[in-house]
Amino acid sequence: MTGAPARELSGADRPRLPRGVRLKHDEVRGEWLLLAPERVLKTDAIAVEILKRCDGEKTLDGIIDELASAYNADRSRIEADVRALLVGLVAKRLMDL
Amino acid sequence: MNAGVQPPRRPVGLLAELTHRCPLQCPYCSNPLELESRRVELDTVSWQRVFAEASAIGILHVHLSGGEPASRRDLVELVGHCAKLGLYTNLITSGIGLTRERVEALANAGLDHVQLSIQDAEPSSADHIAGYRGAFARKREVAGFVTQAGLPLTVNAVIHKANVSRAGAMVELAIALGARRVEVAHTQYYGWAAKNRSHLMPSREEATAAIAEVERLKGVHEGKIVIDHVAPDYHARFPKPCMSGWGRRTMNVTPSGKVLPCHAAEVIPGLEFWNVAEHSLEDIWNNSPAFNAFRGEAWMREPCRSCDRRSIDFGGCRCQAFMLTGDAREADPVCHLSPHHEKVVNVIAEVERTAEEPITYLYRTMPSALGAGQAG
Repeated sequence: MTGAPARELSGADRPRLPRGVRLKHDEVRGEWLLLAPERVLKTDAIAVEILKRCDGEKTLDGIIDELASAYNADRSRIEADVRALLVGLVAKRLMDL
Repeated sequence: MNAGVQPPRRPVGLLAELTHRCPLQCPYCSNPLELESRRVELDTVSWQRVFAEASAIGILHVHLSGGEPASRRDLVELVGHCAKLGLYTNLITSGIGLTRERVEALANAGLDHVQLSIQDAEPSSADHIAGYRGAFARKREVAGFVTQAGLPLTVNAVIHKANVSRAGAMVELAIALGARRVEVAHTQYYGWAAKNRSHLMPSREEATAAIAEVERLKGVHEGKIVIDHVAPDYHARFPKPCMSGWGRRTMNVTPSGKVLPCHAAEVIPGLEFWNVAEHSLEDIWNNSPAFNAFRGEAWMREPCRSCDRRSIDFGGCRCQAFMLTGDAREADPVCHLSPHHEKVVNVIAEVERTAEEPITYLYRTMPSALGAGQAG
């Protein structure tokens, strides 16, 4: 049985890591981790750059624009990566819109 | 006991049992029967040192628990200390002892997350299980304090015979309380739960129905609440990967500072446990004989020793293996491949046989009050 379809992310959304979900640079292991209730999530370099920008102020479009510019990369490719990461976190109640 | 053990990876979690005092008397409590008295509790300074050591060795999550951590007057101070160290703090609480002001103080001190227990979706049953009149109403109130303070809430629901038909209702209650996450965990039989096993274990049919209902609700509520579901290992084919492996990921510190690989480890005879008063957490993690006792695979007997699943479930639970077979090195007998699996089959048969008998709990009480502990 499937639930209600996940709401599509809008370019005007302002994604925000909610309280209780923290991006931490772990000095001991020398890596960035996402700490959440009963979870420690590994992050790759691009995920860290996306998550750092999820401050509730920047819009989804703004984040994608920034990253496309910073990495001199194809915008649609960046958009796919950002949407994929955020949709997964939203579904797990680890990202608010 | 275990030669040639590779140095362990860094621990991830610390369960800090700040006290064994608790206003509730839940019969499924996993604390040991020999609860530690208030007199032997570590003081504030000692816990602060433990948390500093934890941070230094790479622990990421601190679970502030007990007993009831809110029974400690220094709780806000301890949370603040953990927050300054960058430790992720999870308060595991019954809610009793938390006023709105205290919850706000905890939030201001930097608390990351609250896990609140519920005993049932039906108030009088919930209060009866907890052995505390008014528990249900109080918890409802505290859930509101938590969400209104902007703290994320997980509701924890332990499933057993008295509430198994309402597992789904408890999930719905968690949603109504504003939880982002709910843990539905079938009782595991350690400590007080082991003592009360015949009054806690539901029938296979009841357990199966509850499991199916909660699994169904995962789909229904996807995106609304995360449902973490722990099925009863007695009815499984393979054992649970207990603690993600002995001495692999987490450590428990008891109220008196004793450090255990898991909350039940003291049932296993012959283990030497170290105390934070005498050893650093790093020393304990790396060198404590109790921690090294079942690391790696050299301790395993057959069928675990050559089993394809040994790196998946680590042979199951050492404490359960000891409790059911008398030998902590045996395969956890819940595994259908265990030569002692018959013992689990017999326990289940006995539960079926006594299914209609009235439930009478040995309520959780501190040692000095044990005479008054039994209630209907």
